Amino acid sequence: MNQFQYVRPTKQQAAIEAVAKDATATFIAGGTNLVDLMKRGVMTPQKLVDINRLPLTRIDADPGKLRIGALALNSTVADDKQVRARQPLLALALNAGASAQLRNMATVGGNMLQRTRCSYFYDTTMPCNKREPGTGCGALEGINRMHAIFGFSDKCIAVHPSDMSVALVALDATVQVSGPKGNRSIPFAELHRLPGDMPQKDTTLEPGELITAVDVPDGPFTKHVHYQKVRERASYAFALLSVAAALDLDSNNIIKAARLAMGGVAHKPWRLTAAEQALVGKPATEETFRQAATVAMQGAKAFKHNAYKLQLGPNTIIQALKTAASAA
Amino acid sequence: MNPEHDTPGSAHDEARRSFLKQSSLLTAMALVPGPLVQAASAELDEKVAAVFEKIPLKLEVNGIKHKLSVEPRTTLLDLLRENLNLTGTKKGCDYGQCGACTVHVDGQRVNSCLSFAVMHEGKKITTIEGLADGDKLHPMQEAFIKHDGFQCGYCTPGQIMSAVACIREGKADSEGEIREYMSGNICRCGAYSNIVAAIQEVKGGGQKV
Repeated sequence: MNQFQYVRPTKQQAAIEAVAKDATATFIAGGTNLVDLMKRGVMTPQKLVDINRLPLTRIDADPGKLRIGALALNSTVADDKQVRARQPLLALALNAGASAQLRNMATVGGNMLQRTRCSYFYDTTMPCNKREPGTGCGALEGINRMHAIFGFSDKCIAVHPSDMSVALVALDATVQVSGPKGNRSIPFAELHRLPGDMPQKDTTLEPGELITAVDVPDGPFTKHVHYQKVRERASYAFALLSVAAALDLDSNNIIKAARLAMGGVAHKPWRLTAAEQALVGKPATEETFRQAATVAMQGAKAFKHNAYKLQLGPNTIIQALKTAASAA
Repeated sequence: MNPEHDTPGSAHDEARRSFLKQSSLLTAMALVPGPLVQAASAELDEKVAAVFEKIPLKLEVNGIKHKLSVEPRTTLLDLLRENLNLTGTKKGCDYGQCGACTVHVDGQRVNSCLSFAVMHEGKKITTIEGLADGDKLHPMQEAFIKHDGFQCGYCTPGQIMSAVACIREGKADSEGEIREYMSGNICRCGAYSNIVAAIQEVKGGGQKV
C-alpha cells in the first residue's frame, strides 16, 4: 500500500478544509471499503482525514423525522428502537448488507459512498473508466453478469452496491452535507449520479463536502415493508438484484401509497416511481403487483451475461410486494 | 501487499525522506514557542501527524497497555501479528471477506484487516489470546473442542471471537439467526454444523460469555 499522511481533526471545519484544499486527500470513517481499495491500489490517497472524532454518531428521533448521524454505525442503526419502529424497511436493508463485523465498522455516510464492486474497477490490470478515465470499460464486452440494466452509458455499466441506499431512496431521505461553501441538503435520489461521460464521479458531492447526517421523514410505511435481496449465497454477498418495497393499505386491502426501489440494476439506487403510481388505488393482489413489475422493467436492457436480470427483476418485485403486503 | 513495501532500495529512500522530514519538523518545533506548538496540536492533532511518518499510538490489548509508534498504513491485524507477536488472529483473505481476522474492539467484533491501527487510539482490543482466563478456557473454546467445530483450525480464532460476540449481541436465539449472524466467518473445511452446535450449547448453557 502507498504511504499516506494521516490526520485526525476534532473540528468539522478543519476536516472539510483538509480535504477541500488537497485533491489527493480523502475522508476515512469505517474504512471497510477504502482500506480494501487502497490495498489493491484502486485508490491511492496521499492523505487520510480520519473523521471519527467528529460528533456525528447520534440518532435523533425528531418529530416528523429521524436524523441519523453520518458516523452512526450500520449495526447501531439497524438495532435502534426508533429506526425499527418508524423505518423498519431501513433496518431490513441494513441487515441484508455485509456481515455483523462489517456492520460494526461501516458508517451510514460511508455505506452510501461505497464504490462499485465491478471486478474491472477492482482489477488495476484491466481498463476501467471509473478508476482511470479514458481507458475504456472492461465490462461492456467482458464478464458482465453483475452489471446494470438501467441508466448505464457506453463508458460504464457498473452498479451501486449499497443495500441501505435502496431503502433510503425509497423512503425519500435527505442527505445533510457540509462543505467549504457551507451547508446544503440533497434529496437522496440526487446524491448518486448516472455514469454518463464521467463514471469516475459516483455522486454529486463537491470536493471537500462531508455528509453529516441523513434525514428519513416519517411516513405510513411502518408495517407493510420488505427488502428482498437475491444473491448467490444465503448471506454475506452483494446483490445480484434487490427490491425495497413499502405499502400503505386501507382496511379493504387497497393500496393507499407505495414505494419501490431496486438495487443491483444501475449506477445509483433505482427508484421506481412509475411502478409506484401503477400500484396506488389498486387492490394488493398478485395481479396488481405483476402489472407494476411490468411498468418497472420498461426500458431495461441486458448485456451478454446479465439477461437473467430482466426476469429476476419482475419476479423479485412481485415477491417483495407480496411479502410486504402480508407482513403482520 | 504492495511489492515496494519490501524493496530494500525504496525502504532506504523512505527512511531517508522520513528522517529529513522529521528533522526539519524538530528544528521548526525548537524555534517555535512551546505553547504555540501545544495549541496547534490540540486544535488539529494533525500538525505532528502530517509530518512524521510514524505516529504514536496507545492502545490496550488483552488487558496490557501498549505505547507504540506505527506507520499509518499498518492495519490493526498486522500490528497484532507483526508488532505484538499475537499470531492467534489469522490473516485469511486480508480484504474483509473471510472473518479469520475477527477481534473485539471495545467489545464489538470487527475485521482487523480492514482498519488502520492508528484509528484505534485509546481503544481496548481483545484477541483470541485474551479470551481464556489463565489456563481455564473460555466456554466457547471448550464448546468448539467438544463439538469438533473445526478441521484445519485456521478460521477458528475468528469463528470463536465472532461466536462470543454473536451471543453477547443477542443474535443467537435460533439456528437460522446464528447462521445469519455468523455469515461473516467463512470455514473452507465446512465445519458449520458443528460451529452452530457449539454456539447453541454455550447459548443454551446460559453461562456469561
